[in-house]
Amino acid sequence: MLDLTPKEYIERSALTINPAKTCQPVGAMYAALGVHRCLPHSHGSQGCCAYHRKFLTRNFRDPVMASTSSFTEGASVFGGGTNLKTAIKNVFSIYNPDIIAIHTTCLSETIGDDIPAFVAQAQIPEGKLVIHANTPSYQGSHITGFSNMVKAMIKYLAVNSNKPNGKITILPGFVNPGDMREIKRIMKAFDQEYIMLPDTSGVLDAPMTGKYEMYPKGGTKVDEIIDSGNSIASIALGSFASSDAGYELEKKCKVETKVLKTPIGIKATDEFVMAVSKLTGKQVPAELEEERGQLVDIMVDCHYHYHGKTVAIFGDPDLVIALTEFALSLGMVPKYVLTGTPGDAFEAQVKYMLEEAGIEGKVKALGDLFTLHQWIKQEPVDLIMGTTYGKYIARAEDIPFVRIGFPILDRSVHSYLPIVGYKGAMRVIEMISNTLLDRQDRDAADEDLELIL
Amino acid sequence: MKTKIDRVIEQYPASVFKNRKEHVLVRNTEAPEPQTITANTRTIPGIITNRGCCYAGCKGVVLGPLRDAVVLTHGPIGCGFYTWGTRRNKGRTRGDEQNYLNYCFSTDLQEGDIVFGGEKKLRKAITEAVKIFNPKTIMICATCPVGLIGDDINAVANWATKEFGVKTIAFSCEGYKGVSQSGGHHIANNGLIKHIIGTGDKAVGKYSLNILGEYNIGGDGWELERLLKKIGYDIVSMMTGDGTVEDLKSAHKADLNVIQCHRSINYIGEMLNTKYGTNWIKVNFIGVKSTIKSLRDIAKYFDDPDLTARTEAVIEEELAEISEKMEQYRKLCQGKTAALFVGGSRAHHYQYLLRDLGIETILAGYEFAHRDDYEGREVLPFIKEDGDSKNIENLEVEPDPKHYKVTLSQERYEKLKEEISLNYYAGMIKDMPNGTIVIDDLNHYETEELLKILKPDLFCSGIKDKYVAHKAGIFSKQLHSYDYSGPYAGFRGAVNFARDITMGLTTPSWKFVTPPWKIEPMLEGSYVGR
Repeated sequence: MLDLTPKEYIERSALTINPAKTCQPVGAMYAALGVHRCLPHSHGSQGCCAYHRKFLTRNFRDPVMASTSSFTEGASVFGGGTNLKTAIKNVFSIYNPDIIAIHTTCLSETIGDDIPAFVAQAQIPEGKLVIHANTPSYQGSHITGFSNMVKAMIKYLAVNSNKPNGKITILPGFVNPGDMREIKRIMKAFDQEYIMLPDTSGVLDAPMTGKYEMYPKGGTKVDEIIDSGNSIASIALGSFASSDAGYELEKKCKVETKVLKTPIGIKATDEFVMAVSKLTGKQVPAELEEERGQLVDIMVDCHYHYHGKTVAIFGDPDLVIALTEFALSLGMVPKYVLTGTPGDAFEAQVKYMLEEAGIEGKVKALGDLFTLHQWIKQEPVDLIMGTTYGKYIARAEDIPFVRIGFPILDRSVHSYLPIVGYKGAMRVIEMISNTLLDRQDRDAADEDLELIL
Repeated sequence: MKTKIDRVIEQYPASVFKNRKEHVLVRNTEAPEPQTITANTRTIPGIITNRGCCYAGCKGVVLGPLRDAVVLTHGPIGCGFYTWGTRRNKGRTRGDEQNYLNYCFSTDLQEGDIVFGGEKKLRKAITEAVKIFNPKTIMICATCPVGLIGDDINAVANWATKEFGVKTIAFSCEGYKGVSQSGGHHIANNGLIKHIIGTGDKAVGKYSLNILGEYNIGGDGWELERLLKKIGYDIVSMMTGDGTVEDLKSAHKADLNVIQCHRSINYIGEMLNTKYGTNWIKVNFIGVKSTIKSLRDIAKYFDDPDLTARTEAVIEEELAEISEKMEQYRKLCQGKTAALFVGGSRAHHYQYLLRDLGIETILAGYEFAHRDDYEGREVLPFIKEDGDSKNIENLEVEPDPKHYKVTLSQERYEKLKEEISLNYYAGMIKDMPNGTIVIDDLNHYETEELLKILKPDLFCSGIKDKYVAHKAGIFSKQLHSYDYSGPYAGFRGAVNFARDITMGLTTPSWKFVTPPWKIEPMLEGSYVGR
């Protein structure tokens, strides 16, 4: 397994090996699926759309619908205007969504297609909407694409009509439907009305009823997106995936924005809960305080399962930042922290956390898994946490592995259950503990196999 | 009379209807003329198609499975990332060879590269790959923007070959070329013929074969290899599942080419025939009866009594192993119906295996096939080239004066041609019973409607459709990735497939779809005394 990866590090500046990121459009597609009765549309050649649909479907095990402009060589030379206008007409008449969310690809960006100009010339039925986001694959990552699409939703749709609605707009970031449900549960515990944008719960974790629905019940309603301009504040969870949308709402509709970490782990969840409390003037509900108490109880009782263990964490920046913070709260040693997404802010933030904790670790943005593997070969860790792609390294180096983040292609149910909030933190501890203890049991001599741990 | 399919497509806007009606047909075995279908034409924008792109066909399908080459994607990160480990083309490391199957290589082009050109970064990436791995072969696969910004990847490949002595081959398989994956297959075929096949001289045994169009998904190729070796064939190369560039180099030395997936590799079959005189036969190792027929056809080609006897002995032995199990599964599957929508051969191949299990195929379609895959190679001279297909090079080869060999006398050739699919594929349509539906480039709307109307028990397609069918209460089996199972080829593979299909059809989960409170009366009356 990965036998050709040498231990010695050879500097690379042009060759990416085993990437830890993918391209913008898939993130834009995921965001658009979180709008009720929205059909994401990929303006490029068919392959992009096919890859993104496959990839999301494999992660969520639910249908992922999206259309494409089906570029051929002619369109690539003469521009994709005709393709887009034909596509818009066909999509509305055949698939009848309420809104089409167009994202671009490296193909349409390279030839410089002017999407708003094409949309202006397209036949759009009364009451239907078309929005767009530029998502060139040669900038940023899938997280950037997600961020750009959510920002576009605000930019196109949010309106401050001077009718304050008393709601908080929650920008949850690139998290699973199960996480979105958990964040909504926290808001309900506060008895606080909210608008969540996007919201893929009820879309990508839709129930089996025996009847296929192209547009399931879930997703943020267009009216809610419009109304987000009247909210009392917005909370952007995860600076990489959500802050641009938050600032756009602030700029366009004068809605104050608070950018927080993705609420993974105790500190980040505390910050989120405190922010909701402060913004609303409502006390933290007893229900949440009880959950937090349970979490701390578990952390104290089980600390010896993981305290002092070294861990390599990789994945998307917002998740990795919060997970690193949580690992530190658990007394673990995040030795290697890596994201594929570019971002100096990522490195600065994680390095600061490690320095505060007195830990010398390696931190890298725009990194790849070949680098991570080489680091591990030089000095191993006790645990790897990251997406499915970590399984090759875990096997090659025989290191326990916790699957967390996007995508997880080889295990199921993860998208239904949260890793955010206090409940999610308990689940993360369970995953870390069980994985380490399974290894301890596997490796123990007969006489050392403990019944009670 | 309007057919079921008419009722589905007449809902389309006029222009879409006009296009789509040419891509469907209802099989009429009594038709005075052979039935025709339109295929390999561009998908209408806005249609939710299952098709992928040229790059997917070239890098993802044909080149990706080669173990011993660094296949470097030149472009932004997505394309390389999505073709990393997702297709289940298994490959086992032999000895101390270099196996790159768990690696993904990309130049990860950034905005500056798009503006100022990506050649410099490509050169540097190759330099780094050589420094770290020192591979024997590098293949550069182009993505959409590369063609648009005009990077000369052929020049870079020539430079690298010269600079490092590492054979470097460029494939201009930009995603927008052609109308589906199919163009990419062709480009990959051309590159392998131009640069690799014919450059080696490894020793080849008696009864030597190349297995073409077998990508070893779920280990299918290994199952074929086991069977064929058991009979006594020497496998010179597998194209390209678990294959190597090293083996491909000597592929011209084989006695016969057997083609499993016609669409993706028939070009190599044809070019090897023209250039080296090697004949090919169309085989189908999916299904018990079709496996037997394929084994017998190969034996007929060699016309050797020992080989024929050995073939029959192996068939008998393999059948003895599986017959009882197949019969058990057949009892559970008998009478069910299936709809198939898969790539370029499987929608045809799997009809045989389903028939072995008593399952009738009522709809079948290809995602990226050409007319010959539907109607047979006899239509090739009548296929009109359009602008999209003209963009894919039609490589002309000539007989190789050094290696060309005539293996069959004219008389024997003519006789064999009557008995087996020699240098010929008859296509899918002829095998389909009266009244069944054939549909090309099936899309989401049609899938949804046809599942409602036809109500098949089983829908065999890919991951993008799978959960659509499940949500509608119909079991769906992925025939691209086999739902991470396999092998499904050959005798043992047939049992695996039968087991998996039976499991999917009979899993108790289906019984829970309707909650009990939707069936049972929930209001219970009780007398309340006054």
